[in-house]
Amino acid sequence: MGDAEIIPIGTRGRPGRGTGKQPSSAARGLANGGRLAPAAKAPTKPARAAAGPTPEPEPETAAVAPAPRPAATTRDRGPMSGIPASDWLAAIQHGAREVFGEQWEPQLARFLAFLRRRVTGDYVVDEYGFDQEITERFLMATLRPIAEKWFRIEVRGAENIPAEGGALVVSNHSGTIPVDGLMTLVSIHDHTGRFLRPLGADLVFRLPFVSSLARKSGATLACSEDAERMLNAGELVGVWPEGFKGIGKPYGERYKLQRFGRGGFVAAALRTGVPIIPLSVVGAEEIYPLVGNVPALARLLGLPYLPITPFFPALGPLGLVPLPSKWLLEFGEPIRTDELDEGAADDPMLVFNVTDQVRETIQQTLYTLLMQRQSVFK
Amino acid sequence: MGSAGRVVLVTGVSRDLGRRFARAIAADPSVDRVVGVDAVPPRGDIGDVSFVRADIRNPVIAKVIVKEDVDTVVHMSVISTPGSAGGRNTMKELNVIGTMQLLAACQKAPGLRALVVKSSTTVYGASHRDPAMFTEDMEPRRTPRAGYAKDVIEVEGYVRGFARRRPDVRVTTIRAANVVGPEVTSPLTSYFRLPVVPTVLGYDPRLQLLHERDLLDVLRHAITAEVAGTFNVAGDGMLMLSQAVRRLQRPTVPLPSFALGRVRSTLRSARIADISPELLALLTYGRGVDTSRMRTELGFEPAFTTAEAFADFAAPLPPTGGYADRLLGRMAQSLPEPAAPAAVTLERPEPSYARGVDRG
Repeated sequence: MGDAEIIPIGTRGRPGRGTGKQPSSAARGLANGGRLAPAAKAPTKPARAAAGPTPEPEPETAAVAPAPRPAATTRDRGPMSGIPASDWLAAIQHGAREVFGEQWEPQLARFLAFLRRRVTGDYVVDEYGFDQEITERFLMATLRPIAEKWFRIEVRGAENIPAEGGALVVSNHSGTIPVDGLMTLVSIHDHTGRFLRPLGADLVFRLPFVSSLARKSGATLACSEDAERMLNAGELVGVWPEGFKGIGKPYGERYKLQRFGRGGFVAAALRTGVPIIPLSVVGAEEIYPLVGNVPALARLLGLPYLPITPFFPALGPLGLVPLPSKWLLEFGEPIRTDELDEGAADDPMLVFNVTDQVRETIQQTLYTLLMQRQSVFK
Repeated sequence: MGSAGRVVLVTGVSRDLGRRFARAIAADPSVDRVVGVDAVPPRGDIGDVSFVRADIRNPVIAKVIVKEDVDTVVHMSVISTPGSAGGRNTMKELNVIGTMQLLAACQKAPGLRALVVKSSTTVYGASHRDPAMFTEDMEPRRTPRAGYAKDVIEVEGYVRGFARRRPDVRVTTIRAANVVGPEVTSPLTSYFRLPVVPTVLGYDPRLQLLHERDLLDVLRHAITAEVAGTFNVAGDGMLMLSQAVRRLQRPTVPLPSFALGRVRSTLRSARIADISPELLALLTYGRGVDTSRMRTELGFEPAFTTAEAFADFAAPLPPTGGYADRLLGRMAQSLPEPAAPAAVTLERPEPSYARGVDRG
């Protein structure tokens, strides 16, 4: 064995040439143990030297090579193949059991029925576009873990919300993005079973996606017509009279209530004779500490402000994750308006007085809650 | 007032709804004679209606009213699409100048006792600052500056002026919601007849509809009922646009509003559908009108809810999508437990959809 037979393994470092016309060197080596490798070498040389009489040797090698090779069978070796169908079925059944519990078949059927109902449009919305099914099954289900696990919301005084009939929940507003509204929505639903119908600024209904989500979740425009219509229909209406002044205030001014609009919400409550329930939210101020604003860009985009927080836009989308502050929601004693006489809503002094009363109640409750709070995150 | 021997003049009978309305009241025993007026002859059968070819844009109409001894005028020729009439200028002329001339003629007619105007809820416009439900006393939040919506506002302005000048004439304005029905051709129905429905990305407007039969009924009711005023007329309930398209089982293409503008012009030049600016506003922000005055004062109850009217409109339209539903249906069938639907109906709080469409 003077000169050892070199059996080529692989492509010898060159990229494989599996072009389909000629087997790659690796394939040739494997096909007949390298025995033909020297023979195959000879005819290639003249092929390179002269361009003219080359076609004959090539058919020869082509004729020799395939004869001893057995018919190539390829086996699909994808990661999903080779698992029998019964295993698939078992896995799906197991998964369904995990998700839907032991009664997974009727559960799944019910879920499919729900999906079909959605897909065929076989559901009802009320005149404001409120879609109760999607709010309960989708919006609430998404928000609940955030409310319970991330913000660990503690609700106090939920018994102050009447079980039925119209009522107006008036809350402070904070947090750069109106997350507090969403959290109030889910907290009230979980504690009383009632749906809060929020009144939103007209910006909400101008923005794409936000507007359709707002209507589906029961919101409507904050105007006296809609507020009175809802209150007359016995709905639980939520209003954030500070508006953009409240959620867009800098972090340094946290928990200082801004002006309460023009008292329109009080006039609406007086006209319809429903109680006003003050709500104080502690914790929402810290989720996105607003340290700056880009007024020029905000004006360009038609937004009331463009927030800069310590993490946004510095961390990009990661900066949109709210800080996990501990939240306290306290519903105060209802302020009755049905005892006042008929024309009370047209008495501006009375309206201002009631507005101030609501504002003071919320402010004092905020201070009390802040005293009780151990730290921002606990 | 001895309703026997009434003579009703109906404008706009060349259009389908006008013609059918004229025929319907001609069959009414309390109406003696019906005169149909339009610039072009009606295309279909007008039955007992005597047709007078007259353009309401010129003073001939006054002679017709006096000669025929008309006591009730039903103005139905405020049109929302130029259609065969020509371009937007013709449409505006027909709507605004036509109404002015007609009202001028009515003012000179001593025997006139009632005027019924078919208006539209388009007068309220559609914007993000709208209240959820417009009552008759509310003004549009953003006054439309062009198109059909502006025409309707001007027409209603002239009608109010007429009502002031002729207090002896009972003026009833019917603000009808978007009319749908198997035979209605309007911007909204031709929009829904598209095989693939373009929508505005990120918006899901509320729609309120009125069935064509209810429109004819309410106009007939307005002739006979001795009630003056302005009334919103719409079917009960709401449909979201997404919901409506799902019930049609047609696929949608959500497009940002600027891209939809291009689709609009393409569709218009291809004469497939005319998504007018006011329709685009409706398809973005939606609109709802309060119909309590229709019930209490006018005393009219539409036979179709919004959902039923839409179902009736959708019934002859072949679905072009609905694959997801069929797939889900097949999956649901393969589940061995048939007890599920009962559980679902128990779980649902009220059979709220029972009044709606009766299709699976």
